[in-house]
Amino acid sequence: MTAKTLSKENFKKFAENLVKSERTIGVKAKETKYEFGNINNADEIVMDYDVTLRSPRTFFQPPKEKLFDFKLGANTEIKPNIEADPFVLLGIHSYDLKALNQMDIIWDENNADQHYKARRNAATVIALEPTQASEWSFWGSMDSSTVDKGYDLLLTDIGNKYYVEVGTEKGANLLSKYASAEDATNDDNTARDKVRSELPNLCKADRKVKCDTDGITASMKNSYNNAIWEKLAEKCYSCGSCNLVCPTCYCFDVKDTIELDLATGQRTRKWDGCLLEPFAKVAGDENFRENRADRFRHRILRKTVYVADKLNGELACVGCGRCSSTCLPDITDPVKILNELCS
Amino acid sequence: MATAMNDKSLYAPVIATIEEAKMLTTTEKYFKLKLNNGNELGHKPGQFVEVSVLGIGEAPISISSSPTQKGYFELVVRNAGNVTGALHKLEAGSTVGIRGPFGTNFPYEETKGRDILFVAGGLGLAPARSFINYVLDNRGDYKDVTILFGAKSPTERFFTDELKKISEMKDVNLLETVDNGDASWTGNTGVITTLFSKINPNPNTTSCVVVGPPIMYKFVIAEAKKKDITDDNIIVSLERNMKCGVGKCGHCQINNLYCCQDGPVFTLAEVGQIPEAF
Repeated sequence: MTAKTLSKENFKKFAENLVKSERTIGVKAKETKYEFGNINNADEIVMDYDVTLRSPRTFFQPPKEKLFDFKLGANTEIKPNIEADPFVLLGIHSYDLKALNQMDIIWDENNADQHYKARRNAATVIALEPTQASEWSFWGSMDSSTVDKGYDLLLTDIGNKYYVEVGTEKGANLLSKYASAEDATNDDNTARDKVRSELPNLCKADRKVKCDTDGITASMKNSYNNAIWEKLAEKCYSCGSCNLVCPTCYCFDVKDTIELDLATGQRTRKWDGCLLEPFAKVAGDENFRENRADRFRHRILRKTVYVADKLNGELACVGCGRCSSTCLPDITDPVKILNELCS
Repeated sequence: MATAMNDKSLYAPVIATIEEAKMLTTTEKYFKLKLNNGNELGHKPGQFVEVSVLGIGEAPISISSSPTQKGYFELVVRNAGNVTGALHKLEAGSTVGIRGPFGTNFPYEETKGRDILFVAGGLGLAPARSFINYVLDNRGDYKDVTILFGAKSPTERFFTDELKKISEMKDVNLLETVDNGDASWTGNTGVITTLFSKINPNPNTTSCVVVGPPIMYKFVIAEAKKKDITDDNIIVSLERNMKCGVGKCGHCQINNLYCCQDGPVFTLAEVGQIPEAF
């Protein structure tokens, strides 16, 4: 679609207008790190962050989500809870957008999940190409520096202004409603191409996956019985932190709660993690993935083989580096694992 | 597509009423159910439903009745956890939530004109029964029918009246065994594989359906292979933590397969090389 530019000053006004009129979720400082959250004041917004603690999947698949209310009695009632409160998600980096695009496919395939879809449709996504990489980022190696779909607006910092690519009608309307944007010139296009071409280099030199992304799935399929899984998982706490921060982990558990009246209650779903010991357990105590190394391998193979198969071969690891940075025994870093197993 | 579904949410059940409930063993309870909206469940043999006791939770339970029986469906529930424990407290007249039917089915169409060898261990008889009864109700469509059923002990046998009836049928060969007999037991004693020495299936015309506890599969599959039955004619139904039933929650994954959607019924040709299958 069309391309515009916003001076940094005009972007500030745009952000202020947004925050005033729309439920806006953006990136804020949290101690020395960054986190997505509700923005009440445009001054809170951080645009030059490296990575957020958790991925923005929180806003599409909340950590805890009510699926339906129920009322027991002669005529049992079940009332599905579909949340579709409109919001603007501002500043989601390319790699997280890539993950979001993947989740759109996953939640929609076969049985379309109405809860996810309603939230996704309620969102206006203003993506942002990164201006910084964390010390763990390796999205430069995972084809995740730039993404060409899934956004309503896509911002690229080209110095004194943002290049704004308009992806959808919804994005165009938001921009014309809250900002005075100018048409992008040829010079702007050139400046943006240059910034884009250099994006992968923002990731540190030692954060490179040495093999071609196209060959990773085949190499990982061949690594099933490699000794690396047992070796690394010896140190695994089965804490599930890697699951918690991953933008493409979407497994969940379902629980009922009942009120004190013993007549009304809710069914909720909560994030779950395949690294946690009881994940594959069934009633009667049979555990189909009892061995820690099997659980550890399962997650890595999901990202590189199993989920990738559902995504026409696109890897479900986008290189955000969150799992690497959060893993206490430092065993789950995909860069190290892929560099050891893929040639 | 599943018939017992709420159109607003994949995860919201529809209500069914228990028409009949009775204990089959000390741990297995039988339920005859009817959807309150009057619809047929519309399942195929081998599929499962998610059963809700609202306020407690939901559990995947295989459907035990054949779709040839209209107007109701049957489940056999082992008291093994929170939800199944709560189900065991329910009697006729109570309501439960139902979602489904989900999953793949036994190849009841593809096996027409063939010999069927059922191998059911313990509670595996419950899902196998959906196909056994289908075959018995369409007896002319199938050739030789053999049923091997093994229980841990005589008191853990269930559907004993039906087993008795089947044992009297001239056109069905039912062989039973128990791991540990008692004074009342005059039949075969030993694990289910001991029954294989008593049968002689034609490997060219036999489809072998295997349902039982996880430990049973590799031993029974080895016996079926010894009889030269090919992998695409060995059909298994696998148990996993099929929490959501719609291929999303991840709990039932067997490597790349989602047991709730790609299974629970597989051919050995499909899962024989899948490391996590058995």
